[in-house]
Amino acid sequence: MSLGEPSESFREIVRLVRPGARVLDIGCGEGALLELLAREKGVDGRGLEISPRGVQACLTRGLAVVQGDADRDLHDFPTHAFDYAILSQTLQQVREPRSVLVELLRIAERAIVSLPNFGHWRVRFSLLTRGRMPMTASLAEPWWSTDNIHLCTLRDFVLLCRDLDLRIEEAAALDGGRKARPFEPESALENWRAEQAIFVLGRL
Amino acid sequence: MGRELGLQQMVGVDGGLIRFGRDRPLVLESGARLAEIEVAYRTYGRLNAGRSNAVLICHPLTHDQHVASIHPLTGKPGWWTQVVGEGRPLDPAKHFIICSNVIGGCMGTTGPASNDPETGRPYGLSFPMITIADMVRAQTMLIDALGIETLVAVIGGSMGGMQVLQWAADYPERVFSAVCIGASPRHSAQNIAFHEVGRQAIMADPDWRGGDYAQAGVRPEKGLAVARMAAHITYLSEAALQRKFGRELQRDGLSWGFDADFQVESYLRHQGASFVDRFDANSYLYITRAIDYFDLAASRGGVLADAFTAARDVRFCVLSFTSDWLYPTAESRAIVRALTAAGARASFVEIDTDKGHDAFFLDEPVMHRALNGFLEAVGQARGL
Repeated sequence: MSLGEPSESFREIVRLVRPGARVLDIGCGEGALLELLAREKGVDGRGLEISPRGVQACLTRGLAVVQGDADRDLHDFPTHAFDYAILSQTLQQVREPRSVLVELLRIAERAIVSLPNFGHWRVRFSLLTRGRMPMTASLAEPWWSTDNIHLCTLRDFVLLCRDLDLRIEEAAALDGGRKARPFEPESALENWRAEQAIFVLGRL
Repeated sequence: MGRELGLQQMVGVDGGLIRFGRDRPLVLESGARLAEIEVAYRTYGRLNAGRSNAVLICHPLTHDQHVASIHPLTGKPGWWTQVVGEGRPLDPAKHFIICSNVIGGCMGTTGPASNDPETGRPYGLSFPMITIADMVRAQTMLIDALGIETLVAVIGGSMGGMQVLQWAADYPERVFSAVCIGASPRHSAQNIAFHEVGRQAIMADPDWRGGDYAQAGVRPEKGLAVARMAAHITYLSEAALQRKFGRELQRDGLSWGFDADFQVESYLRHQGASFVDRFDANSYLYITRAIDYFDLAASRGGVLADAFTAARDVRFCVLSFTSDWLYPTAESRAIVRALTAAGARASFVEIDTDKGHDAFFLDEPVMHRALNGFLEAVGQARGL
């Protein structure tokens, strides 16, 4: 995985992280992002990963990764222990997105959250015309096997952040493999246009 | 003999006994001093020129320094050949692997069966109480004597894992990485209770003679065997016992008496009977007590993380087993939580197995892959 091209999403996250920062990657998989962050930004990285296979791959890469569940085990991490808590394409898979977001900003100064946009025009179009659960590049699994249990639109996410007193410091939109571009989170147009988004969140 | 058992790959099996003079007593946690101690150890592989490839294995309660070579009393292969050997996570071709018998033990290192230099007679119960920290201190005396400054890894399961944590707490600057398998930062009430059953069984044996059985030329074998039988159950799991034995009988039909009708009874009796051939009853009392006394957070106001504040640069790998009810996963998670709070580099994997606590020295491919990956990365970071 480390040999392949990092995704544009990972590249954008790497761009957003300050060099030498302390980073916790929640749902770090086989550690590709952590490895990239260590190589390009010299971060002091840690990971949390639910699958033993993922943790084992991380061990082989020399990464410090703990087997655990974002819903259950974030409280094991001390308060303000990290500069960034990264939740890449995972928020929509947790049971309690609200409390996970709150936990992220307890553990770290900033949270970097990436998620698929259920408000994307292709999703809306597919639901409208076919009347079936949408399957797109960023929502590739059928409804009965997807791990995504809490999908939302960018608008939903922005409102949730407001509700939780979280400040959106930066927002980047991703479409296909194209380069990430900054966007205005309140923009109704982006809620149609962006296939995925990455947010940098801070406390108010 | 090694050839017959397929252990010819064991290069450079070495070791021996180091005697420390009167001027170098072991100062114990209790404040007592143990003079003229001896430490028996085994090594596998060779120390490299930079002295950077030394690994210390800390053995569990009922094992000893014979990790990967023939045991002198039982004639059986070592207890951790799954982990130590050619192509294994700890490879004598790469690592200089050391394991010493713990202080209080009975396989050559000074323990209650050793002669007290003051009286010329076995210590028996006059042997001072020892702790996990004392075991570790004796190990530092050994690695000092071997000319080793830092260990690329300290690794152990069960009581060995407790020693690993103690190493990280007391000598973090001498530890590059630490692997703690199926262990706990403190002994639980249930575990102390099981140990107490074992000790009472030994002390109830008339041949124990208040601990002075050696002078009388007897051994409390029955008591020690019962202690082992009770403890052995805690090392397994209900599922493993059921899978291995079920309600299978030894012979056709029941005896309608108290013979070992069931295979599980016969197995436990065998475990008890073979244990007494290689273990000393007083050692069992002292070492179980050392484990009971273990509580890494106790001297730090109950804050376990404070034990690891100086161990931030140590790379930790913590492993637990789903079916281990002696040191359940929650205990390992407590260790990981404390390490994370202390800012240490901690990794943790829970291995899915039905083999219980003893899984750590059985054929567990997932554990071996995790160990391999971790030690491989550690070796690279250390330039091995």
